[in-house]
Amino acid sequence: METDRVAIIGASMTNFGQREAWIRDLLAEAGIACLEDSGVEPEAIDHCYVSNMSSGEFEGQGGIMNMLAHDLGLLPAYTQRVDQTSSSGGAGIYAAWQSIASGASEMTLLVGGEKMTHRTTGESTDIIASITHPDEYKHGVTLPSFAGMTARHYLERFDAPRESLAKVAVKNHKNGVDNPHAQFRKEVDLETVLESPIVADPLRLYDFCPITDGSAALLFCPESVAESYTDEYAIVSGIAGATDTHVVHERPDPTVMNGVVESGQAAYELSGYGPDDIDVAELHDMFTILEFLQMEGLGFAAQGTAWELVEDGVTDRDTGRLPINTSGGLKSKGHPLGASGVAQGVEIYEQLTNTAGPRQVDAEVGLCCNVGGFGNCVITTIMEAAQ
Amino acid sequence: MSDETQAEPGLIAYEYADGSVGFPGHHLGLDGEEPVGTIDLREETATIVTWTTSTATPPGVREPNHLAIVEFELEDVDTPVRALGQLTTGDVESGDPVRPVYAEELRDPNTGIKAGSAQAWDGYRFEPLE
Repeated sequence: METDRVAIIGASMTNFGQREAWIRDLLAEAGIACLEDSGVEPEAIDHCYVSNMSSGEFEGQGGIMNMLAHDLGLLPAYTQRVDQTSSSGGAGIYAAWQSIASGASEMTLLVGGEKMTHRTTGESTDIIASITHPDEYKHGVTLPSFAGMTARHYLERFDAPRESLAKVAVKNHKNGVDNPHAQFRKEVDLETVLESPIVADPLRLYDFCPITDGSAALLFCPESVAESYTDEYAIVSGIAGATDTHVVHERPDPTVMNGVVESGQAAYELSGYGPDDIDVAELHDMFTILEFLQMEGLGFAAQGTAWELVEDGVTDRDTGRLPINTSGGLKSKGHPLGASGVAQGVEIYEQLTNTAGPRQVDAEVGLCCNVGGFGNCVITTIMEAAQ
Repeated sequence: MSDETQAEPGLIAYEYADGSVGFPGHHLGLDGEEPVGTIDLREETATIVTWTTSTATPPGVREPNHLAIVEFELEDVDTPVRALGQLTTGDVESGDPVRPVYAEELRDPNTGIKAGSAQAWDGYRFEPLE
């Protein structure tokens, strides 16, 4: 008997940026929009997952999954908050996929969100840095400082030009101009990136994603159910998660994120696709160097050569053979921690259902890679257009 | 070893039965077994693998904060042991030799998000060798 595949029949995201709304209203905004997008009534929801990293630390608000279930009239749906640091959104996709694939649910709503901008940059940085090992944290390590050390090692070891990292920022900001929900809808040029203030040398301000408020949502069901709602849907062809060392310096090679490698290989195997089959990808560009590491870990480029693809325009949206971060990525779209992985899925869903507007590329198969911590945990998801 | 050095806690790496050595320690190693021994890295020298100067530091952290991943080559250990820590200066290059120097407090324990009593706040910075 052929297994019923897991379909995505609805997607939404709020405007990302500095929002007046707190976490409760951000989640509700995306959740309601997703139900409206799909035409599914709240009482049809069996499971509701909420991807969120730190609403307790940022806002002092716990129990947000119960709050959302009640606010959206989903009772008595099963609900659960999913925290996997920055990859909470991807982990939410995994949980939603599992709920449908296992038969436990026939309709699962996933909403990811985070409220951050009311905190100072230092406070937000500290909340995020608290995911590190105590022996790292006491030295004042931050996620940007890991990125700085990794970028320096990559550039020195592979003789890559500093400008190649800046070109990732230029590309993703250009893509973000066409995303109506992006935090920054403004192009930046190479000179601006290279002359912006140093944050963790050799990386500068424009090598980093911003601090963001926002929410995003996806609606999952079996393909047999999807067909009763719409002809335009996406299939989750493969998904997998993996971990790497919690202590970053314990990795044998600082330029390899093994969580990316392992989750990518497992997702490829489950989907039946390989790197050459991917038409569009959303990668976790929290820092520009991460786009290189994921391109290499996922098999789009050999180790130490991702920068050459960027230099050659291979990842450009309008002219490249593998457009990366057509949404603008975390870099331009913004990075509301728990929402980001879900928003990656929203972008790939829109690309596969031909609803991406001016960002639209020719795509039948898409991939998203959501990285937690500095590669501590990773979720890779492969989707295809419904045939 | 001086009396002053003996009063300081060690910079302790952990040995596992499969021959691997790591810093810091874990309850079980990647071989699934408890550590079988320790090595104090205080008197060893290391080499800078990579480094950065962080200018956007969290509350309670010095600004700028010079950080490095360093590598200890130890006798009778096949794979170098790495550690991360603050540098005493940002005037360094990858490949420079450094040595550990003790600091009683690496950041203000009472300013960040973590409970001050949740962990130790002393440790070792890395100082370039003359």
